[in-house]
Amino acid sequence: MPTETAAEYVVAQARARSFYERYERKEDLQHQTHFCPGCGHGVVHKMIAKAIDDLGVQDRTIMVGPVGCGVFTYYYFDVGNVQAAHGRAPAVATAMKRSRPESIVISYQGDGDLSAIGSAEILHAANRGENITVIFVNNAIYSMTGGQAAPTTLLGMKSTTTPNGRNAATDGYPLHVSELLSTLQAPAYIERVGLGDNKQIAQTARAIKRGLENQVRGLGFSLIEVLSPCPTIWKLTPVEAQHWVRDVMEKEFRLGVFCDRTKERTEKADLRPADPGSSSHPSVGTPDLRPVTPNPALEELPRILGVAEEDLPEGNAAALADNKAIDLEVRIAGFGGQGVLLFGEVLAEAGLDAGLEVSWLPSYGPEMRSGTSNCHVRLSRQSIDSPLVTAPNVLVAMNEPSLRKFDKSVRADGWVIYNGQEFPADCVRDGVHVLALPFTELADELGDKRAANMVMLGALLEIAGALPQASIDDALRRLVKNPRWVELDERALARGRELYRESLVEV
Amino acid sequence: MTEANKPDQKQDRGQLRIDEEECKGCGLCIEACPPKVISMNERLNHYGYRTALYAGAGCTGCGICFIACPEPGAITVYRLVRAREVEARVANAAEGGASECASN
Ligand SMILES: Cc1ncc(C[n+]2csc(CCOP(=O)(O)OP(=O)(O)O)c2C)c(N)n1
Ligand code: SF4
Ligand code: SF4
Ligand code: SF4
Ligand SMILES: [Mg+2]
Repeated sequence: MPTETAAEYVVAQARARSFYERYERKEDLQHQTHFCPGCGHGVVHKMIAKAIDDLGVQDRTIMVGPVGCGVFTYYYFDVGNVQAAHGRAPAVATAMKRSRPESIVISYQGDGDLSAIGSAEILHAANRGENITVIFVNNAIYSMTGGQAAPTTLLGMKSTTTPNGRNAATDGYPLHVSELLSTLQAPAYIERVGLGDNKQIAQTARAIKRGLENQVRGLGFSLIEVLSPCPTIWKLTPVEAQHWVRDVMEKEFRLGVFCDRTKERTEKADLRPADPGSSSHPSVGTPDLRPVTPNPALEELPRILGVAEEDLPEGNAAALADNKAIDLEVRIAGFGGQGVLLFGEVLAEAGLDAGLEVSWLPSYGPEMRSGTSNCHVRLSRQSIDSPLVTAPNVLVAMNEPSLRKFDKSVRADGWVIYNGQEFPADCVRDGVHVLALPFTELADELGDKRAANMVMLGALLEIAGALPQASIDDALRRLVKNPRWVELDERALARGRELYRESLVEV
Repeated sequence: MTEANKPDQKQDRGQLRIDEEECKGCGLCIEACPPKVISMNERLNHYGYRTALYAGAGCTGCGICFIACPEPGAITVYRLVRAREVEARVANAAEGGASECASN
């Protein structure tokens, strides 16, 4: 039997297994985080890692990182990692959880990320009751970018964007995210905790674990808001910053549980028959409202999306001479209403029909009905690296400003198709071919000025000689619904081809 | 993983190890420690930080300094356990069981 004195020291608290041993962010300092001394993010990271360890879910956890000081989650957590665009972590987490229902998905976000740019994403993820865990690190400021005011900034608090202190009259009031989201019916659990003193810190560790546990048990959306010190931007020592959380921040952001439906949902979950299909259900939290159909199998997706073999149009790939090298980079520019985008769409759709790689990228200003608009189209036999066309081999300029904007970008041996009788003399360049005709008037002769775009497209097709006529016809029919317009556009295309051929005869 | 203590003297319930290279000297562990057995080292580490220093005695093994510290592995807390518990823990660990929780 062991005696009283037979005792030894064993490790009670040490680096969590869910952290990497070394952080490969930089060459040096691989044993330290990038956080400033005393940063609350580090504390929250440790609590999450510990909770993952304790729940035994490291091998199925997916961490969705934010933009902000918490951006480097993927360097620290030895789990599945995704880094979302600013504020979009709950949307990304939704996709992760729905496509991999067995995973444990954490959306890690700062207060700028979650409550400013990402306010829509968090609201709707919570309202849908996604079975994810959101860890919301609220330090009342945009820290990473040097201290701009966030929706959570306290009244009177100075920041680079509120140099005289936040003023409710001009900047609104601090946003209480936990309270707001608690008005929704779907969330399972919402709690605000702090890192202001030992008692608060211990409670934060419990709350974070609980938030994850809720997800493991399939109870639905959990959000843990952590009032977290940022000594650097607050310009306080780490200990002062900790006290500021307790003495000042907590007065504005009351700690506590704001929503807890875990008990009723646990009972519901217990009542459910063991159903292997139910694991694909995002959450048992809102079973009454949601269809309980399981997620479709991967093989069914093409059919659902309408891109299964049998759904796709026949295509005219066979008609394309296979020895011809094709690399069209077209920029089409004009003013709004001239049909610039449709021009590009027909071209791209026809390319697709002919079995080519294509890209179509519209680029237009905020004006819907006036102003300029242009689009980039690429057609190639090779895969396309970028949809941007910065040096076109064909420029279609539907008016003079558009010509002047892009004419210098056209490649040597390229073409400019210009809508105008007179091609401006100062735009003439060596080695660039020009087809300048009054396309608007020519379209008017066919019956409608608005068909000028198709006359110009006809000319382009004749110049390039790259696409089978059948592909063009099919593309036109798919994109233009009105039969009267299809008929007019077909004549316009033919007229364009003819005009180019006539121009050759004249030379 | 374990460290023996002299059996004749009264043993502390806990022990602390601070990784001087990982510690950033924020002082949050000093603030957190109930029996106040951590202080700031006068000496600077390799990176120019003053780092936390354990007094060498008086730790209760409560673990609160560990969770208050922002660095993943700057602090390791050990706790004194009797032999029977040691066996139980070893068995538990072998099953991949959870490690001890700090809040007591
Ligand atoms: C789309 C976009 N807009 C703006 C930024 C600039 N930006 C980077 S971090 C940040 C604020 C982060 O604040 P918060 O979420 O509170 O994180 P903290 O650094 O305070 O932890 C902003 C506005 C960006 N990276 N991306
Ligand atoms: S600036 Fe603030 S939030 Fe960012 S790492 Fe430093 S202490 Fe943390
Ligand atoms: S474990 Fe507790 S008693 Fe020991 S050093 Fe840390 S805070 Fe102090
Ligand atoms: S809390 Fe951690 S980083 Fe800060 S002084 Fe203590 S051991 Fe060092
Ligand atoms: Mg912030």
